[in-house]
This record gives sequence, structure tokens and C-alpha cells, in this order.
Amino acid sequence: MARIFKFADGISTDAIIPGRYNVTTDRAALGKACFVEARPDFSGAAKPGDVIVAGRNFGCGSSREHAPLAIQAAGIGAVIARSFARIFYRNAINIGLPVIQCDQIYDSVSDGDPIEVDVRSGRILTGGRSFGGATPGQVALAIMEAGTLIELIKTRGWAAIEDISAAR
Amino acid sequence: MGTLTEEIFSRRLGRRVQAGDVVVAAVDYAMAHDVTGPLAIEAFRTLNAPLWDPERVILVFDHILPANTVAAAGLHRMIRDFADEFGVRNVFQEGICHQVMVERGFARPGGIIVGADSHSTTYGALGCFSAGMGSTDIAVTFATGKTWFRVPETIRIELRGGLPPGVLAKDLALQVIRRLGAEGANYLAVEWGGEAVAAMTIAQRLTLANLTVDFGGKAGLCEPDEATRAYLGEAEVSDLHPIRPAYRELVEVDAQRLEPQVACPPAIDNVQDLSAVEGIALDEVFVGSCTNGRLEDLAIVAGYFQGRQVSPRTRTIVVPASKEVYLQALAAGYIQTFMEAGAIVMNAGCGPCLGRQHGVLGPGERALSTSNRNYAGRMGSPQAEIYLANPAVAAASALAGAIADPRRVA
Repeated sequence: MARIFKFADGISTDAIIPGRYNVTTDRAALGKACFVEARPDFSGAAKPGDVIVAGRNFGCGSSREHAPLAIQAAGIGAVIARSFARIFYRNAINIGLPVIQCDQIYDSVSDGDPIEVDVRSGRILTGGRSFGGATPGQVALAIMEAGTLIELIKTRGWAAIEDISAAR
Repeated sequence: MGTLTEEIFSRRLGRRVQAGDVVVAAVDYAMAHDVTGPLAIEAFRTLNAPLWDPERVILVFDHILPANTVAAAGLHRMIRDFADEFGVRNVFQEGICHQVMVERGFARPGGIIVGADSHSTTYGALGCFSAGMGSTDIAVTFATGKTWFRVPETIRIELRGGLPPGVLAKDLALQVIRRLGAEGANYLAVEWGGEAVAAMTIAQRLTLANLTVDFGGKAGLCEPDEATRAYLGEAEVSDLHPIRPAYRELVEVDAQRLEPQVACPPAIDNVQDLSAVEGIALDEVFVGSCTNGRLEDLAIVAGYFQGRQVSPRTRTIVVPASKEVYLQALAAGYIQTFMEAGAIVMNAGCGPCLGRQHGVLGPGERALSTSNRNYAGRMGSPQAEIYLANPAVAAASALAGAIADPRRVA
């Protein structure tokens, strides 16, 4: 069963992966350095599929894509936050790291609690309660469907997003 | 019709565009630097596509220049190989990417630019819609010349009155962040306007647009005017105004009543009046960055340093934003003033702002910086503390070895 790693408000990309640790594109090195200073036990303790539950403005600051890549490489299956900083959210969707915006769950859970997340529907089960995440935008859904932005563009090109644009 | 953002997108797409619309738009330029560039290049290569336009791809070495580790040198090599292979000539190692984008004339009123750096909002000072993105988005633009946007709603900020002595554009931005919070403009565009902005130089407007991302903004724009025309050195800057705009929120700030503002650790919105933090001892003062490393900023600091010595217990580090700024500061005598005052002057680039190369803070140390981020660990040890302030406060604090009020420097 996946477990929760709980984080506070305002977790910056500097906290997720400090500038001294992102001079690389190596996913394993990024995963090892994830939260290296903010929570040094994190990368050793995180098991595949574990979930981050965070407060407001998760991923604020730098546009460094190393941040969602580090979280993904550390094995995290989904990040649930009360709110996300725009660039981090877009980066996470682009690389296929599931991100779910959900306000209600935060005060109901503790670090280490078991949790089940259905990434596709956004349904979250923990402590015998069920929570629903906010519905992602249509472009985000299209990227999630394809897996990554690169896959979406490779397979369908911009038409995939222009169709959404025309339908609105 | 609409806000500056809606106007820019409507012109670009040749149809009426409104906030909330999802659009795929052609961009003028796509920029990446020595940290975000390598991931963008790797992602671009997985697309197996030709480069959209080598003249519109811009690569800047600034975050780790010159390379300080073998790993950094390796990334630099990779970027150079990419540039050679695809014929990218706009490769610069002459300062911070955002300053270079403005100095080299890439940022233009009515333009649309995407950059793989959050502070790409900076070019909004010239009336350009510019947004920071991650490496994958930039990679797709490298291949297609386009990206997608959800056209954002706009917060209009009216800065009333004139700036009192010792109060600068930085303080107005920090005051706004104090009021709106660190995610106050998340997903939104910001228009900076009002008398105080109309009276500002382009350098000051660049500070406002730059800091827009630090309260979440997707873009931060100033309406182009005579100052913009004069700065760009040309008569023809296409008219661009908000036309019957519907703003999501209007925020008014009375500039005249403002004190110098200081963002205290560990968050950009933990802002206090200068008087509340005066006297806090400092181990380092950093003057520079894409927020406040321009000639005007250095001129202010040189004015305070002239004939004085910085505190021997404090490292004072000055980093001009670009080679151009450096040369002008040399010609004006500022660099000599800094060095005679006991400051360390380093090569143009990002400098100590992001704690990766030099000027790194040790555990328990305190710094005051003219840059834009004060998260724990940003400039080095997570046990270090970072205060953010305007260049005049930085200068007075460097002289005192503690946070000090520039209005009281004898």
C-alpha cells in the first residue's frame, strides 16, 4: 500500500531539488537528490507509488523541470496539493507525473498514512474516506492520455490541442 | 479589445481572443540557458524533428559561467554541440539571459516569447507577452515554433504617486507581493500601470515585470510608451494599449506612502517595512541578478560606496547583469568605486543568486540580496537566511555590515 509523504505550504523547486544538485540530466541522480536538504531521508524512504500530499503553491519558484523529474525518479506515483505553482504543474503534466489538486485532503491526513490514488479519475482513498481531485483542463487531459507532451506532439501534433481550442 | 494580453494574442492569431481561451500560438523566440537547455535538447532530440528556425532559438550561458565543475562543463559542451549541429548562432555568454534578451533586441512590444526560465516574465516591461516554461515545452517549441496557452485573466496594478527617496521599483513589487501573497497571481497575467510606472525608466519596469513570477504571474506587462520607444531606439513601436479591458482584480498602491520593503526568510511574501529589520547583522551582501543588476542599480550602489568602505565583516559581491552593463559601469567609474570600497566584483551572470557557483552561504549565515528568491537553501546552506531588498538598502547594509536604511547614510 502506498504511503503519504506530507509537506507544508510553499514547497519551492529549490526545496525539491537545490540548484547545486540539478547540474545534470541523469534521472537517477535527480531522484537521489530529491528533497536532499529539505527532507534528507526522503529518497531513501520513498517506495514506488508513494504519494506526496502538500499544502499551497507546491513547486513555486524556478521553472526547472528537474523538480518534477526528481520526484518521478524517486518513485512517487502522484503529487496531491492544495494548489500548485503554474510552471511546476505544467511541467509535471508534460513529463507524465500525476498531479492532483485537492484542497480537502490536507488536514485529514498525516505523514505515513496509507493512501490509494486512482490517477485517471482523481479519486483518492485514505483513512476510510474518499476525496476527489479537481478536474484537469482539457489540454492536461489530452497530455495525460498520451502519457507525455512529447508523445502527444509526436503522435498527433498541435492538432490535438487546436481541436480542443476550436471546440470551446 | 481587451487587456494587453488579450490584445497581443488577438493580433497574433488574427481573431478576437479572450481570457480563458486555449490557443496554439506562434512565438517569436524560444530561449533556454545552461541549466534548462540540456533537458530541452534531450527532449527535442526525442521528437526526431528538424529545428524550427535556428535564428529564433536563443541559448545563453549564465547560471554557471564559467563552468565550476566537470559536470557543468559537460552540460556546456552538450549545448555547444547542439548549437553547432543545428546552426544556432544566437549563443551568448555575456550575462543573464533576461538582460541579454532585452539588450539584444529580441524582446519587443506585442511580441510573444517563451523561455526555459521562470523570470522570462521580464520582457513584459517592453509590452512583450513572455512566460517561463519548462524544458519539455521549450523543446516542443524548438521543433514547431509554437506553444499552447490558456490566455490568462489579468490583475491590473495601479501604482499611484511618485516614489519617495530610497524607495524603488523593487519596493513597489514587494509591497504588491506582501498584499497578494506568493501565489496571488498564479495562472494570471499582471499589468503594471499608473503614474509611478509611467514615470519609471525601462530598467525599473524590468524589475517589476521580473518579479511578477514571484507571486505566481504567467506574464507581467507594462504598456509601451515614449520611454519604450526611446529605449528601443526607434520611432515605430506599434501602438499597444488595453482597450476596454475587463480586469479580474484592480490593486492600487500609493507609492508616496511607501517605505523600503524587505522580503524576510524564508518566503517572498514574508515582507516587512525596512524599519522592522534594521540592525540584523549580515555575512554577505549581493548586488546583482535579473531583478536588480542593471546599470541604474549599480549607479545607486556606487553613489553610496563613493569614498566609503564596506564593512570588513561582510562579503559584498557585485555582479553586473551583462557584459554591456559591466562595460558601462567601468566607463562610469562604478567598478573602481566598488573595488576601492572593498567589494568583490564578479563576471556578468546569475552570480550568487542561486547558490550554485560562488558566493555560497554557509550554515547560520545571513545575506541581503537584490535578487528575487529567499527560499531556504536558495543561495547555499538551508540553514542560511536570505533577505531581499532594493539596491539602495543593499548598499547601506554593505557599509554597515547589517541591514541599514539608505536614507540615513551620512
